[in-house]
Amino acid sequence: MTFWSDPFTVVQQWFNNLLATIGFGPIGVRIVGMLVGIVILAVGPMLFTIFLIWVERKVISRIQDRIGPNRVGPFGLFQPFADMVKIFIKEHITPRGADWLPYNLAPVLAVAAVLMVWAVIPFTVTFFGVDLNVGVLFIIAVGSLGEMGIILAGWGSNNKYALLAMFRSVAQLISYEIPLVLCSLVPVMLAGSLNLNDIVKAQEPWFIVTAPATAIIFFIVSLAEIGRAPFDLAEAESEIVSGFNIEYSGLKFGMFYVAEFLHTFTVALIFATLFLGGWRGPGAEQYPILGFVYYFIKVGVVYFLLMLVDGTLPRLRIDQMMNLNWKTLTPISLAVLVVFPLVDKLMAGSPTWLRVLALAGSNLLVLVIGERIGTRRLARAPAEVGSRDRPVARPENVLSQPDSGAR
Amino acid sequence: MSGLQIIFILVAAVTLFSALMVVTVRRMMHAALWLVLALFGVAVMFATLQASFFAVIQVLVYIGAIAILIIFSIMLTQRVLETSGEQIIRNWWLPALVALVLFGLLASALSLWRGFGEQLVELPAGVENIPALGKALVDPAGYAIPFEVASVLLLAALIGAIYVAIDRKEKAK
Repeated sequence: MTFWSDPFTVVQQWFNNLLATIGFGPIGVRIVGMLVGIVILAVGPMLFTIFLIWVERKVISRIQDRIGPNRVGPFGLFQPFADMVKIFIKEHITPRGADWLPYNLAPVLAVAAVLMVWAVIPFTVTFFGVDLNVGVLFIIAVGSLGEMGIILAGWGSNNKYALLAMFRSVAQLISYEIPLVLCSLVPVMLAGSLNLNDIVKAQEPWFIVTAPATAIIFFIVSLAEIGRAPFDLAEAESEIVSGFNIEYSGLKFGMFYVAEFLHTFTVALIFATLFLGGWRGPGAEQYPILGFVYYFIKVGVVYFLLMLVDGTLPRLRIDQMMNLNWKTLTPISLAVLVVFPLVDKLMAGSPTWLRVLALAGSNLLVLVIGERIGTRRLARAPAEVGSRDRPVARPENVLSQPDSGAR
Repeated sequence: MSGLQIIFILVAAVTLFSALMVVTVRRMMHAALWLVLALFGVAVMFATLQASFFAVIQVLVYIGAIAILIIFSIMLTQRVLETSGEQIIRNWWLPALVALVLFGLLASALSLWRGFGEQLVELPAGVENIPALGKALVDPAGYAIPFEVASVLLLAALIGAIYVAIDRKEKAK
């Protein structure tokens, strides 16, 4: 292994040898190596976020026919640094009556919950934090810690609007977690393992080919999990001030901001790992650095798609959002979970291409049927609440009364 | 004392302390947060026993779902989240006695189990224990019946919740 084909192993071995020559025992080398790995995996993404914020602002402004940041540095590249310095030197304001520990713990939890996901992501053959045998479950469990962060923020702020926004956000996250879990079970079934490394290695072909409908649902649900448009009603910028984080200022607000951006990118990482074959690609096994490049190209594509959706789609209402989840996405995901193993068992003896074709076909069929059933209910005229006449509050205006004159 | 034992003692102390705080702290919200910490301590204990599946499930089910449920129910049911009444009831010795007897019974029953005194053996690297667990859960010779009974119990709870929550149309008339 030379440096250029696999820098990760080379650097790691060099570092271990360095520690051993200094005089660490084998356990000491392991512990120090782990600590350094934790620091790298925690600080690296945070620094990367600065670049992500710039990318996002540029792309969104292009969609909105603007130029975006262009004053600080070439192409406005240093704008996030200026913003970062600004946010560092801002005053920390703690509202009166705030619950001190939850209030201050919330931003930390929000960032930590996202960063912990990076610990199990296989970036390439030789470069990953931990080879955890329950990787997929770990990602979902850590996601629920992020919800704890939101709950603490909404509760600790001692502000009724923060509390209400917290209820809305958490309701959205918990609801969409169900199809998220159901959809991430499909790659687990296909690979026969919860280990993310094994899931990546089993993707022959990529799982987006074998289970396209599941991948689509997973993408939609990911959008909801990160609170992006069309699911950004919890902090709709044009209508309400902010979400659960209204009482935060300075660096504490910055933590939530970073967590949001990082979460978007992390969701792209998870999607690329589960459905786009992770680091797989020609020559990735021999030259791990190539796998790293492939992986980040895939992640970049998914991230760009997320940004495009965010920049172009209008916002859903809260009832539409809940309807979409509970009446369309969750039943389809459940049906996929029933149909998929059945088809897989039926096609057990057939060649790979036929099996993949049958699985993909059944998957898409479930999506189409489920979508038809879901939209047929929507096609019916929605029940009207209140009246079209103003003022609404007059009793004769309420449509549900049979003798009302208003129509 | 090995490193693992030190970690065990630390985690156990934190877990027990936060469990104590759950029942003694006056703010309901803080009690819920302490409960989260106690459950997290149990998850860490599973992790030190190399039962990573249980550790993650502990975080996912208990901290993720039940903690959120607790917090929601606290917030939706009680207007004042601080109680000012007595925290210890007058006949405290009776529940204490019952708890002590129950603990004694459980401990004696468990000490009869042959796995109780066994030395822990470290799992060899690369052994997959999750497929074995999955097979045991659906195997008739394994734990299929307890598993099914638990599922039926959960289903009953689900139906009960829906029955309680549903709008009855005939009542509206």
